[in-house]
Parts: sequence; structure tokens; C-alpha cells
Amino acid sequence: MIRPDAPVLLDIRDLQAAVEDQPILKGVNLTIRAGEIHAVMGRNGSGKSTLSKVLAGHPAYTVTGGRVLYKGENLLEFDPEQRACIGLFLGFQYPVEIPGVSNLEFLRVATNARRAEQGFEELDTFAFEDLVRERLAVVQMDPAFLERSVNEGFSGGEKKRNEILQMALLEPLVAILDETDSGLDIDALRIVAGGVNQLASPDNATLLITHYQRLLDLITPDHVHVMAAGRILRSGGKELALELERTGYDWVDQELDRLAAGGQEAGRTPVEVG
Amino acid sequence: MSTATVGDLVSQPYKYGFVTEIETEKIAKGLSEDVVRLISAKKEEPAFLLEFRLRAFRQWQQMQEPDWAALGFPAIDYQDIIYYAAPKQQQKKTSLDEVDPKLLETFDKLGIPLSEQKRLSNVAVDAVFDSVSIATTFKEQLAEHGVIFCSISEAVKEHPELIERYLGTVVPSNDNYFAALNSAVFSDGSFVFIPKGVECPMELSTYFRINSGDTGQFERTLIVAEEGASVSYLEGCTAPMFDTNQLHAAVVELVVLDDASIKYSTVQNWYAGDENGVGGIYNFVTKRGQCRGDRSKISWTQVETGSAITWKYPSCVLQGADSVGEFYSVALTNNKQQADTGTKMIHVGPRSRSTIVSKGISAGHSSNSYRGLVQIGPKAVGARNYSQCDSMLIGDQAAANTYPYIRCQQPDAAIEHEASTCRISEDQLFYLQSRGIGFEEAVSMMVSGFCRDVFNQLPMEFAAEADKLLALKLEGSVG
Ligand SMILES: Nc1ncnc2c1ncn2[C@@H]1O[C@H](COP(=O)(O)OP(=O)(O)OP(=O)(O)O)[C@@H](O)[C@H]1O
Ligand SMILES: [Mg+2]
Repeated sequence: MIRPDAPVLLDIRDLQAAVEDQPILKGVNLTIRAGEIHAVMGRNGSGKSTLSKVLAGHPAYTVTGGRVLYKGENLLEFDPEQRACIGLFLGFQYPVEIPGVSNLEFLRVATNARRAEQGFEELDTFAFEDLVRERLAVVQMDPAFLERSVNEGFSGGEKKRNEILQMALLEPLVAILDETDSGLDIDALRIVAGGVNQLASPDNATLLITHYQRLLDLITPDHVHVMAAGRILRSGGKELALELERTGYDWVDQELDRLAAGGQEAGRTPVEVG
Repeated sequence: MSTATVGDLVSQPYKYGFVTEIETEKIAKGLSEDVVRLISAKKEEPAFLLEFRLRAFRQWQQMQEPDWAALGFPAIDYQDIIYYAAPKQQQKKTSLDEVDPKLLETFDKLGIPLSEQKRLSNVAVDAVFDSVSIATTFKEQLAEHGVIFCSISEAVKEHPELIERYLGTVVPSNDNYFAALNSAVFSDGSFVFIPKGVECPMELSTYFRINSGDTGQFERTLIVAEEGASVSYLEGCTAPMFDTNQLHAAVVELVVLDDASIKYSTVQNWYAGDENGVGGIYNFVTKRGQCRGDRSKISWTQVETGSAITWKYPSCVLQGADSVGEFYSVALTNNKQQADTGTKMIHVGPRSRSTIVSKGISAGHSSNSYRGLVQIGPKAVGARNYSQCDSMLIGDQAAANTYPYIRCQQPDAAIEHEASTCRISEDQLFYLQSRGIGFEEAVSMMVSGFCRDVFNQLPMEFAAEADKLLALKLEGSVG
């Protein structure tokens, strides 16, 4: 839902980031307003996951330039845990397993951390059980997964559902979902997409990172962006994704060559189409 | 951005590093037959005990310090140690009021209040300061049940027949170098006797405090559970921070008769030395229990967090038919700490069963080894053992090793061994952080999850404490 007067939740300007001195993000620009759904697409290795992890504050990446405002505040000054508490959520492309830590207890501690920031009272074990059972329905997940260690031995698809369960509990303002659709079977894809749609509201925003139109058939994006070589090369409406489906990414090389010839500056301004 | 590393987190100042200024009576440094005689004389011991000490001393002189453990440390000069130190006070305290208030204050500060108003209501405590026991709480109440709980020195005077019958029968004086040394010069420790059919009405606990910088601590503990008796016992230890090393060579013997059980838990928090490995306790301990009776049971639970060096293998000799031995251990090492610890399960009786669960956590430049022996004798028909040894590495400078030894002379026995090693990864921590969980809490969640199987075995009063202790050890300076 595009409303030009909706408040800006996330404002990324010329964001550059490196891992061990190797630049990966080379000037990303992106503005996300409340109520919007954005999709970021692009070839493997173009920097999509890096962008998501830099936003969430992963210590392996160093921000080397640019800025990110979250509701007007400098997001990059916050610790990863603070970013989560103030409403930023990252659904991981590869959720890690954490043996020995009970999934239920983990979800409860995480939910209470977010609630404390929102000024809500802490949920005890019983109150939390009620809440988690209600939210399990969003992803149609078996309560048995609560009794296990975080993601341990979960199948690829089960891990992704667990990510959306976390999102449902944390009620983020900005949710970044990194390839949440990959690894899901056809039914699970519908369930997860249904969950994301259910959680979307005029007050929050979603950034979907995906390779496939089939997800965007289920969750209609307001904006589609194509990343290449660490920046957003093109932005458009939902039809950009359909166009990519037909043309593939061949045009990206020409565009990058043209940019290289035209100097750095040009590349930092996304080319608007459609 | 959070700048703290996991390494920072596991290094936190030691809380119990203070020294109590108190007048002590010490004998001169060095060890000889005369010193052994002097210790025995000071303690007014009966002849059999002096004989026991002298025999041990002669055996010790013939023995070599063991060098098979995965430990490295400069040679210990046994002549540079004081073998007896005691706080000066009226020769015998009949009540707590006569105990030096400074000592009571010390134990207060350690979280072990002894005075009647403040003491724990369901735990009897024997408080040992350097070489002597200064107070034992709830003695009278326990006596009503026939339970004897006192210092071993007192037991030597008041129950010499029990001491003579059991002392050195589980760990013979020539068992190993450190056991021989202890047998020659042991100072104090606790004695527990639970008579036939009695279930000890409260937790028993001994708290060991090393205070002197140049004194060795050689305590001796003996626990006997007669037919059908049961007891749960906990041992705690701390020491001041010195830049020299103190030798601690203890011996613990457990005897369990038919249908009896002893649950022995340790929370060891001796001073570990600083981040460069200067100072700290050398902890060479022989702990062994004998399941003499049928259906008898011994369960060792240890949480080892202190000491510069830990050399310790609480063991069970499973003689009785259907006897049960258990060993649950968490060993955390950090900085330059070294631990070589594990257990021995010696199956003699038919259908004897043993369980070993060991969790080693190594951080900093530390080294943490599990060493365990499972031995099944020819008569142990139907014996079973299950061992699980897990290591967790924090950072990339720490080392973990597992040395399982299995000797089986009984084709019918079932032995199962599982081992695993994991590392707390940046990605795991980031995952928890990205859900709003702080760095310290994230580490602590992972560590306590890793240790859960062992903490579940601790007496309830102490399980939370152990969790806190580990969390404390893992606490640090997050930005
Ligand atoms: N921690 C890291 N160490 C080294 N290189 C990295 C690291 N993280 C990312 N890179 C590199 O940065 C580039 C971008 O990676 P990223 O994971 O962001 O791509 P992506 O667009 O998400 O790709 P995919 O579609 O395959 O998920 C890749 O070349 C990758 O190898
Ligand atoms: Mg990716």
C-alpha cells in the first residue's frame, strides 16, 4: 500500500559496507514507508543478504560510508539487540541451530525483550504459552517444535516457519525476510505467505528478498528493486519482477558497464522505470 | 556496535579474592618425618593415626609425581610449603560465640552465614579455614537422628573406632603420589556417618576456605552410609588471590553399604590465577567412593570453575550387585587455566551400572581435558555403562581433549560412549542478539543450555547458585 504521506520507517542513503576490507555494499539507497511491501531481487552474490545483515548489525560487516535512519534515528548506533527491541526484524536466509537452548524459552525471552521496550508487562511462562499457541496458528506449526532446541534438527522449511513464528511474536515495524520462500514446499509457501500478509499492516513495512515471482504472486509488492554488485541498480513496481522473469539478468552487465564508464556517481542513483 | 568479544565476557574479577587478617599459628616450611609427628602431636592423635601418617610419608618418599595428565606447570617444591596453619583461638570452641568474629565475618562475606539467626535453615555446614574446622552447624539436631557430622579431627577424638575402621580403606595411602602426601599430612575436613536405615534429614555441606599464601591445604573427608542410609552432601571452596600458587591435595573417601546412597556435589571456585596464568590453586584431588553393598549408589556431581590446575577423577568402585555409579561434571576453564578431570567407573559386581556425563567449556588460552576409565571386571555380568562427553569451545585459542579408556573383561557388558565438540559461533550469538537478547545473556543461555544435564543433578538449593556462578564467570564488560 503506497501512501506518499505515510511516515518513513527506514531510510538508507549511500550505504557502503565491507567485510575484512573487501567492499561489498557500494552505495545502497532505499526508502521504506509505513504500509509498504518492498521486494529486493538480484543475482546470487549481489549483496542482498549482506544488506540485510548490515541493517541488523552483524559484527562481521563494517559500515564504511552512508547512513541509515530508522524512524528518524541513526540505526547504526544501536547494538543488534537494541535494533530488535525497537522493531527491526531479520528473517535469516540460513537460520542457525542453537543446541541446548529451548525454543520455547528462547521465544519467551525474545518476546519479553521486545515487550519491555514497548512498555508492556513481562509475560510469565503461562501467559506466554497462551500467546505462542495463538501465534503458532499463523504458520500452522506443530507445538512440538517448541519443546526442541532452537532450530536444532529442523528441516529447511521448518526453520523458515520458525522464523515467521518469531516475527509473529515480535510484531516488528520493519521485517526483512531473506529468502524466506526458498526451501518451502508448495503448501508451506502458501502458509508462510499467508502469515506475512496477515502480519502486514498500514503501520509496518516488509522487505522481501527473493529470487522468485511465485512468492510475489502471493505477496504483492509495492516496490521491486534489483541489486547488482552491491547497489540497487533498478527500482520499479510489481511489473519489474514480471519483466525479470522474462528477461533474466543479462541487461545487468550492460548497465554495470555503462555505469563504470560513466563514473561512480551515476551508480548511486537508482534508475527509475515503469 | 557491540565491541565485546566472548573472551572479554568470560574474564571477570574473582569475587572471593580477599585475605582475612588473622593471627595464625604456623609451623616452619618443609616436610620431614618430624613434621608429620608434629602435626599428629598438635592434633593429639591416637597412635594408630600417627602410624598411618608415618607409613604414608615413607611411601610418598618412594613415589614420583605423576606426569601422564595433559598438564604443564613448573615443578612444585614440597619443601617450600607450610604443612600446618591454624587461626589462633581458644583451644576448643564449644559454641559459635567463642569463634573469632573475624572468621564468622569471613564466612558471611563468602555467602555462608554460620550464626544461628542467619544460617540456612535446611543445610548443615562445616566451615574449614586453612587447616582447621572452625564451626559445624546443626550438630545436635543431626545427632538426634544418629547422624554424625563433624570435623575429621573431632571424629578422631570422639569416634576413633569409626575412623580406624574406615580411613584409608577406599583410597589406600599408597594409591597415588598426592593421596600419599595427603595421608601423611592431612589437616582437617569433614566426617559424616549415617547409621543404618537413616535418611539424613538435611543437606550437609562443607565449605573450604584457603586463607594463607604459603600454606598447603590437605583436607580429608570421609563419608559412611550404612545399610539403607542416604545423604546428600555438598562441598564448596574459595581462596584469596595470591600471585603465588597454593597446593591443594585433598582425599575424599565414600563408603556405601547395602541399599544405601551418597550424593556428593562439589562447586569448586578456588582462585584460578590471573589472565596471564600468575597465581592460583594447584588442585590435585583424589576422590573415590566404594559401593560395597548390593543396590548401593554413589553419585558425584561437580562444577569446576576455579584452580590454575585441576587434576581430579572422582571415581566409583562398584562392588555390590546392582550397584550404581554416576558422574556428572561441568568444568569451565578460562585464561591459562588447565583442567584434566574425569572419572573412573570400576565395575566389579554383577549388573552394576554407571553413567558419565561430562561437559567441558574452554575459553581464553585454557586447556580442558576429559579423562575417564570404564573398567568391567570378569564377574560384572550384565554390567552397563553410558558415557557422554561434550566439549564447548569459546574463542579460537582454547583446547579441549577427550581421553576415554575402556577395559572390558566381560563379554556380556554393554558400554556406550558418545562425544561431541562444539564452538559458540559468532552467527549463533548474532542470531540470539538479533532477537533482542543481549550478548552476555546470549552466551549465558548457550552455556547453561550446554550444562543443563549436569545442573539438573545438583541439590535444588545449589542448582541456581551454580548457574549464577557460571553466569558470573561469563560476565564482563559489554560496551
Ligand atoms: N562474511 C563474509 N566473508 C566474505 N565474503 C562475504 C561475506 N559475506 C558476504 N560475502 C560476499 O559478498 C558477496 C555478497 O554476498 P551476499 O550473501 O550478500 O549475496 P546475496 O545477494 O544474498 O546472494 P544469494 O542470492 O546467493 O543469497 C558475495 O560475493 C559473498 O561471497
Ligand atoms: Mg542471500
